[in-house]
Amino acid sequence: MAEEKNILSVVDLHTTFATDKGEVMAVNGVSFNLAAGKILGIVGESGSGKSVSAYSIMQILEKNGSIKSGQILYKGEDITKWPESRMRDFRGKCCSIIFQDPMTSLNPVFTIGFQLKEAIKLHTNRTGKEVEKRAIEMLELVGVNEPEKRIHQYPFEFSGGMRQRVMIAMALACEPDILIADEPTTALDVTIQAQILELMKDLQKKLGMAIIMVTHDLGVIAQMADEIIVMYGGRVCERGTAEDIFYRPCHEYTKGLLRSIPNIDSMGKRLEPISGTPINLLNMPKGCAFCPRCDAAMKICLEQQPPETRTVDGHLASCWKAIQAEIEAGMIHVEAPGSGT
Amino acid sequence: MAKYIFKRVLLAIATIFIVCFITFFTMNAIPGGPFAGEKAKSPEVQAALEKRFNLDKPVGQQFLIYMGNLLHGDFGVSAKTGREISDTIGSKFAVSAKLGVLAVLLAVALGVVFGSIAALQRNRWPDRLIIFLSTLFTSLPSFVLGSFLLVIFSVRLGLVQAWSPDHQNLVLPVISLAMYPAAYITRLTKTSMLDVMGQDYVRTARAKGVAQWKVLFVHTLRNALIPVVTYLGPMIASVLTGSLVVEQIFTIGGLGAEFVQSITNRDYPMIMGVTIFLAVFMVTMNLLTDIVYKVIDPRINLG
Repeated sequence: MAEEKNILSVVDLHTTFATDKGEVMAVNGVSFNLAAGKILGIVGESGSGKSVSAYSIMQILEKNGSIKSGQILYKGEDITKWPESRMRDFRGKCCSIIFQDPMTSLNPVFTIGFQLKEAIKLHTNRTGKEVEKRAIEMLELVGVNEPEKRIHQYPFEFSGGMRQRVMIAMALACEPDILIADEPTTALDVTIQAQILELMKDLQKKLGMAIIMVTHDLGVIAQMADEIIVMYGGRVCERGTAEDIFYRPCHEYTKGLLRSIPNIDSMGKRLEPISGTPINLLNMPKGCAFCPRCDAAMKICLEQQPPETRTVDGHLASCWKAIQAEIEAGMIHVEAPGSGT
Repeated sequence: MAKYIFKRVLLAIATIFIVCFITFFTMNAIPGGPFAGEKAKSPEVQAALEKRFNLDKPVGQQFLIYMGNLLHGDFGVSAKTGREISDTIGSKFAVSAKLGVLAVLLAVALGVVFGSIAALQRNRWPDRLIIFLSTLFTSLPSFVLGSFLLVIFSVRLGLVQAWSPDHQNLVLPVISLAMYPAAYITRLTKTSMLDVMGQDYVRTARAKGVAQWKVLFVHTLRNALIPVVTYLGPMIASVLTGSLVVEQIFTIGGLGAEFVQSITNRDYPMIMGVTIFLAVFMVTMNLLTDIVYKVIDPRINLG
């Protein structure tokens, strides 16, 4: 059964934030499955709901944020119904997260060792010397030199890349089934980025955890992900393998996104940015969220949200334009609603 | 660290010398003197007394003689009572120190607890109430609060003895001294807690599965207290200067009362003695604050 292979399933997740100006609809019906040991990429621009989806899984949203509806199934159990005490065990032991900015993600007044050992003590039965041993072992695993010495140092004595390694060590210390990486390389310079990605891939092979890779960097995702989700306005626009997304994009947003980054074919040409600004999450439109910025928008795009359908080449997209193509290809036979235009 | 402390001690000596210099000359510039009192004395007695305290010499020379004695640890004797200055300071300071320490402890305890509550209950009624009260107490000088408490609890309600010759009842003076710093620390703690609670590393701690109370007391509070520690030095100073007046109101025979009295009496040796003592105390407190600062925040590089 496909169900059992999925270590994590997110079903129709809605997450909102209560603000002075109204309710911010950050995530609007996101669903995805994560198979054990696989890498899932979530791509999208700022405010597309990708990080909020990740934080929703961990239930570490800001105070004003809450999961409005939907299910998050971990090994078949809906963790949104778990009490806080059970979630504490989930965090770090079943699912860990590493954050975007390693410079600010470690507590400046405690040693690396203290912070690493804290994570180990929380979720394992190790005591005293064993905890220390495990901490040193983890630092060694993520490629920190002289771990016996470094363990007594403070975060300010580490460089950005080294701190991200420490974050990874901390996240993986209790061997979680899932690692969420929330833009793990965005704050690092390019050479360090490559090292960190290499390290993550390497550790994934060694430890076998599943990874959710949240990023706005298409290059990062292309190298790593088994499956990619493209998000816009808190919804999933398109999902498929790296090849589907990069070579056969069907959603207009994905196409725009690909046009806006340089590649070997676009040499000598100007890059085309997506015009307009990201959607206002306080005021979601009735139809497709990308519609106001879409060059190919039709009347129906304004009025109705596109359903997720199988595209001509077999991956999934939520775009009326793609549906039109499917109708033309004879894959769908309908009288309404798309043909009206 | 040792080098840093050595450097600071040298600087402290320079500071204290400057304090001595300024105090000595301003003190002498004020009209009157220890023996220009109301009682008429015979010219011979007057001259003898002035000779005894070197007042017949030029001010510059007096200063040099005083500093010379000071180097030998000799503060001299009071021009009024004839008792050793160092003995008087010692016994009086014991009283003031008790008052001061109690006030500082109360202020820090109240400030940190209420500041944290205000931060956690942000924009709800406990926060609003705490901030209202702390605004009230930061704008209320200790002598007003002291007099007020005295009128209510001693005069009207008769709960506390107004005059306590044996310094037994320190409740009211401690409260009057502590409320201003407590209010200030409350605001400081609140702001700093709110700032720290929004930091990424607090989210990291939660994501590790650390319990909420532990996130608060271990990961948040330690960072949030850094600004409070910086305020400790100036706070101790303000509690001390505050106690000059509060001791007068509650007729507590502490160093503050002694200081005020010595000034009215133009008791030159006593003024100098107390000033130097307070200066040394202040400088030491500031140095201690810096060292504690380093202990709490490893990023601080002393040196």
